[in-house]
Amino acid sequence: MLSRLKAKVGSVLLPGDEFCLDTTGADTISLAGPSKANKVVCGPGLRRSGDRLLVYKSGLLRHKEPNMFWMDAQHKRYVPAKGETVIGIVTSKSGDVFKVDIGGSEQASLSYLAFEGATKRNRPNVQVGDLLFAQLIVANKDMEAELVCVDSAGRANGMGVFGAGGLLFRVSLGLARRLLAPQSDLRAELEQLFPCEMVVGMNGRLWVKSTGVQRTLVLANLLESCENLTPVQRRQLFGKLAQGAL
Amino acid sequence: MSGDTAKLSKNLLRMKFMQRGLDAETKKQLQEDEKRIISDEHWYLDLPEQRTQENLIVEEKSFVPFEGLLYGRMSFRGFNPEVEKLMALMNPHVGEPQADADAGRMQTDVTDEEMALRYESLVGSLKKKFARKRDRGACQDDDLDVNSNKLEQNAKKMFLKPSD
Repeated sequence: MLSRLKAKVGSVLLPGDEFCLDTTGADTISLAGPSKANKVVCGPGLRRSGDRLLVYKSGLLRHKEPNMFWMDAQHKRYVPAKGETVIGIVTSKSGDVFKVDIGGSEQASLSYLAFEGATKRNRPNVQVGDLLFAQLIVANKDMEAELVCVDSAGRANGMGVFGAGGLLFRVSLGLARRLLAPQSDLRAELEQLFPCEMVVGMNGRLWVKSTGVQRTLVLANLLESCENLTPVQRRQLFGKLAQGAL
Repeated sequence: MSGDTAKLSKNLLRMKFMQRGLDAETKKQLQEDEKRIISDEHWYLDLPEQRTQENLIVEEKSFVPFEGLLYGRMSFRGFNPEVEKLMALMNPHVGEPQADADAGRMQTDVTDEEMALRYESLVGSLKKKFARKRDRGACQDDDLDVNSNKLEQNAKKMFLKPSD
């Protein structure tokens, strides 16, 4: 299966394509002694069903050493996934949980104890309408998603309520991922512009803030237009901005 | 004996107080019967055997480990120093090309200057530590004992004649 998967890396696959896991295949027989069973990690867009690997998103098959495969595609709809950090909007306070809109099919719940330094007596100051940067710890397709604003050591690490004087808007999930990629040209170019702050949620929400309202708006428009620009066009736009034309 | 007495029912024989009188063979047969009845009453799902190699495939729903995505908060050009500190903390691999340049220098929390300032006041006691026991008295030339009391200078040891 591995060799067949690797042959397809970079090509377009469609929902319904499948790979069979055959242990007697050529890739398990190796000359270098007894081959140990190597695990395959299948990412978003691939699903295990029995001993088959099913494709359920259309896109390009990507591969990363060792044996990590996933489908790269454009999305606009967010499907919560465990471990991702998202920007949420508090919609209601009920008892000991907050309901937070994270752009998924259902609202996520957030315990009031899942903040740094929060105890039963010392409740965090969270109001309806506040923006939160939080991490998903439960994200099943059949269950309500759950958020936390602390890491495993109980520190906030930048999570929690934020967003005074900034601007929140939505972009595609692909652009959010492009902003977060380790070697991102877009981010490198943004860094050259002017002092600004940005929060990127994996759910496609983007919050920006700069030294003034005008600059914040310029930044937001710039990022929104980056969605459909080629690298050359983008560089031209950034160049114009650097000269102060915008 | 079995011919002239009435045959006891199976259920009666299975009772605890009847077990003593039974011989080994009947006991065994009774147990087997019982086992069969129990196993008949268990339900089975008629499913094919699950393969053991199914855990060869691990599922992961998030893009983060695949694309090595970075921490979601960022600040540029010192707009929010707190976030810039967090960025450095959460994205340890980003600055790697630059880190190679000063790889010779150790990562330190305390700078050399701070260290020197801190040890300034400790010079005396450190000196004492490395001096020989005999010389320790000489080290205390800053005229202060542990309680910061002024010591008598040049208190020469000599025999004091007891006064009568």
